[in-house]
Amino acid sequence: MDIKFTLNGNSQSLSTEPDRRVIDLLREDLGLTGIKEGCGTGECGACTVLMDGETRLSCLTLAAQIDGRDITTIEGLQDMEEGIILQKAFEEQGAVQCGYCIPGMEMAALPLLTLHPNAARNDIKIALSGNLCRCTGYVKIVDAVEQAGREIAVKKEGL
Amino acid sequence: MNKDTHSHTRLEIGKSHPRGDAADKAAGREKYAADHYPENVLWAGAVRAGIAHGRLLAVDVSQAIALPGVITILTAKDVKGSNRQGIIHKDMPVLVDDRILYCGDPVALVVAETKDILSRAIALVRFSTETLPAVFDPESAMAENAPLLHEAMPGNFLMQAEIRKGDAESEFSACDAVVEDEFSTPVQAHGFLETENGVAWQELDGKIVMIVSTQAPFRDRLEIGHAVGLPFGNIRMISPALGGGFGGKDGATVQCLLALAALHTEGRPVKMQWEREENMLAGYKRHACRMRYKLGAKKDGTLHAIHCNLVYDTGAYAHLGGEVMELGMEHAAGPYRVPHTLIEGKCVFTNNPVGGAMRAFGVCQATFAFESMMDMLADRLGMDRLAIRQKNALVEGDENCAGVRMITSTGIAGCLDILGDHPLWRSANNWKQECPPGRKRGIGLASVFNAAGYGGKVRDSAIAKVELSLDGRIIVHSAVTDMGQGNSCAFSQIAGHMLGQSPEFIELRQPDTATAYPSGSSSAGRTTYTFGNALIKACEDMKARLINRAGLLLFIDNDRDLALEPGKVTHGPSKRDVSFTQLASFMPHEDRVCISQFVAPVCEDIPDTAKGFFIAFPHIIFAYGAHLARIELDTATGVITVCDYLAATDGGGIINPSMFDQQIQGGVAQGLGYAMMEDFQIREGKPLTKDFTGYLIPGSLDLPDTISIPFLGHESTGPFGLKGVGEVAMNGPLPAVANAVHDACGVRIFHGPITAEKVLAAMNL
Repeated sequence: MDIKFTLNGNSQSLSTEPDRRVIDLLREDLGLTGIKEGCGTGECGACTVLMDGETRLSCLTLAAQIDGRDITTIEGLQDMEEGIILQKAFEEQGAVQCGYCIPGMEMAALPLLTLHPNAARNDIKIALSGNLCRCTGYVKIVDAVEQAGREIAVKKEGL
Repeated sequence: MNKDTHSHTRLEIGKSHPRGDAADKAAGREKYAADHYPENVLWAGAVRAGIAHGRLLAVDVSQAIALPGVITILTAKDVKGSNRQGIIHKDMPVLVDDRILYCGDPVALVVAETKDILSRAIALVRFSTETLPAVFDPESAMAENAPLLHEAMPGNFLMQAEIRKGDAESEFSACDAVVEDEFSTPVQAHGFLETENGVAWQELDGKIVMIVSTQAPFRDRLEIGHAVGLPFGNIRMISPALGGGFGGKDGATVQCLLALAALHTEGRPVKMQWEREENMLAGYKRHACRMRYKLGAKKDGTLHAIHCNLVYDTGAYAHLGGEVMELGMEHAAGPYRVPHTLIEGKCVFTNNPVGGAMRAFGVCQATFAFESMMDMLADRLGMDRLAIRQKNALVEGDENCAGVRMITSTGIAGCLDILGDHPLWRSANNWKQECPPGRKRGIGLASVFNAAGYGGKVRDSAIAKVELSLDGRIIVHSAVTDMGQGNSCAFSQIAGHMLGQSPEFIELRQPDTATAYPSGSSSAGRTTYTFGNALIKACEDMKARLINRAGLLLFIDNDRDLALEPGKVTHGPSKRDVSFTQLASFMPHEDRVCISQFVAPVCEDIPDTAKGFFIAFPHIIFAYGAHLARIELDTATGVITVCDYLAATDGGGIINPSMFDQQIQGGVAQGLGYAMMEDFQIREGKPLTKDFTGYLIPGSLDLPDTISIPFLGHESTGPFGLKGVGEVAMNGPLPAVANAVHDACGVRIFHGPITAEKVLAAMNL
């Protein structure tokens, strides 16, 4: 089927099988390999993208479901102020080890920070609880989201 | 690139510089093996046996090969080499030619145009088997007349070994207190997020090139060459950053199958990526272990004698099972002085999935038993649990339980002191008294240690190569995989420190056998230690050479006043400089490269204590740690919450404190999963926990904010005094939580993991 959607701010039209997994569409057909597949069954969160600003697991989403929607992947974060702040915080806080879960973590954190930049530590943990990390024990990941939240809050108050 | 922030900040040892790979990883730019989709790529996948023990009678590919888009289907007759892979014992078929020894054995390899066609074709391959009687636990495998898995291995023993020091059997009578019990630990899955995968293709000259998620690119060539019949020199392995490894990518996973596929696709690249379910079935696992312990002490708490018996279930093939058991045995009496030790080990084949390398390689099993025993002994003697550990802690000059004299840095006592001085320990009684109703609180301790390096009889060597590039940067050719632990970032930091450079003048290349030099595997707590030492020497050579060549260009008659600065060599007195780019254009290629080897020290005075060991005995360098867990138990449900966790660690000198904490917090996290939830269930050889729905690993809400405190030691043989700390932290959580549960409610759990069900059942007894 032909589908049209917005991908990281640009309109995209393509023809694909309606049941093609969005993760395959993004990684294999469009070359956006930033999101990862860790399980294929919706348990690990490594394939998280935003659909109309909310988190979605791209391994459980089919091509037909994104027709007409606004999709943001990790590659789109560099065009968003909050996204840049978030990535920098992950780098500075030592939140990255193997890094395979990190794009998904950032995608899961972004909607929280956009709505509640001052989210409490436990709320951050709740927001990230659908994303598995096997390397870090989450301490520095939560530190990074906290740091990003503080910086985003300062920017917002400054406006 | 977000490199601006680091501009001209020179890399220095001991500083928490952001990891060199963090910006790319955080932006999704890092290319892992799984991110490679070469043009015209084909997909390969294995048909798995699905039965635990049998004879493969025939494979019928007719229906599958008829499917449009199927390129080829290969079986054992297509394998030109030995068709046996394995790191030490070559016993695992690339494709089954006769016997099936576990459910994950591959019977055929399908290559197809797309992933979808591949999965349909795999389902269409038919094969017939004759089922044979199977053994699913070591006890039945060791029984008389049990079916034999490997003809050359009587009794289904991969290895039987013993460490005997003093006279443990008779010295128990000289003890004032003796405790005795039996423990077990479950199979653990590595749970790395990037499953086993790679791409391979054959070049026009016949060489096979592979990009694989592997911990041992150099050694892989030996396994692949042997198994599929290729000269080692015709195999080029490229190992990009790994999406986790933890030991599970040490030894061939997809490698031999991929090489075989690439030999049959006329140059078209082939990709193979195991799905999570295939990873759970066919990936290597941590060995389940059954342990019987008897420990005796004098009435003042001085340990006197220990006798223990460890039985490791190694599954269907050897992999590194023998070495896993050996290392467990070498640690079986903890980081303590015990004059009389008898440690027996049996590593047994069964028709279960294959046991292999995993972080804390055989050690975390024994640590659970031993550290539980220490608390039991303290209770028997009415001693403080910290004091009994401090009293017996190894110090330099002591003999460890294997009879090896400790001549390297030995910081367990220092770690225990950190713990004893910490508010989490000092406020323990108050904290327990403040327990809310319906709950019980407890505090548990564990002393841990973990050897570094391959051990005796295996040369533990690394060869570092640094190069001045034509564009004026220093290229560090890492030859040991970075599976996430950050060794490659440490290498950048070492090179930057040695050569006075900032990050933008250092380029780190991940391992490629075409351009780097053999340096062993990324494993055994030896990665940064061994390669880092080689790199220091290579950088010293590079520094001297750059200064010397700059002196030539500047017409200076000595090297005295020349110094390295970011991107250039400067001459202070004349205020002149030469940029690296100028230097590089002046130097022929071989002059721009420095190569240096380091071979890790081995035990010079090997004790005559070990029998039945093959290789890898003894070790002389150990990282140490003292762990404390504070837990709260819900008495109605048995659910445990780990409120606080503290890990004091002796890893010698520290290159990057943030990366040091990463390893400790991550090791504790994996250890807490092992302690409380991870339980790889197998029934009649078939995994019941097939994915992350059934196999639970800790999420963000399951873990405390682990506190990591370094014991600032110095290992004189290490790079900047460092010892590897990748593994040691994994050992603490299971015994620390077990001891905390006992402290909270008086119940001791002897069989991991310590789930709510087990705690509740034990409390209600």
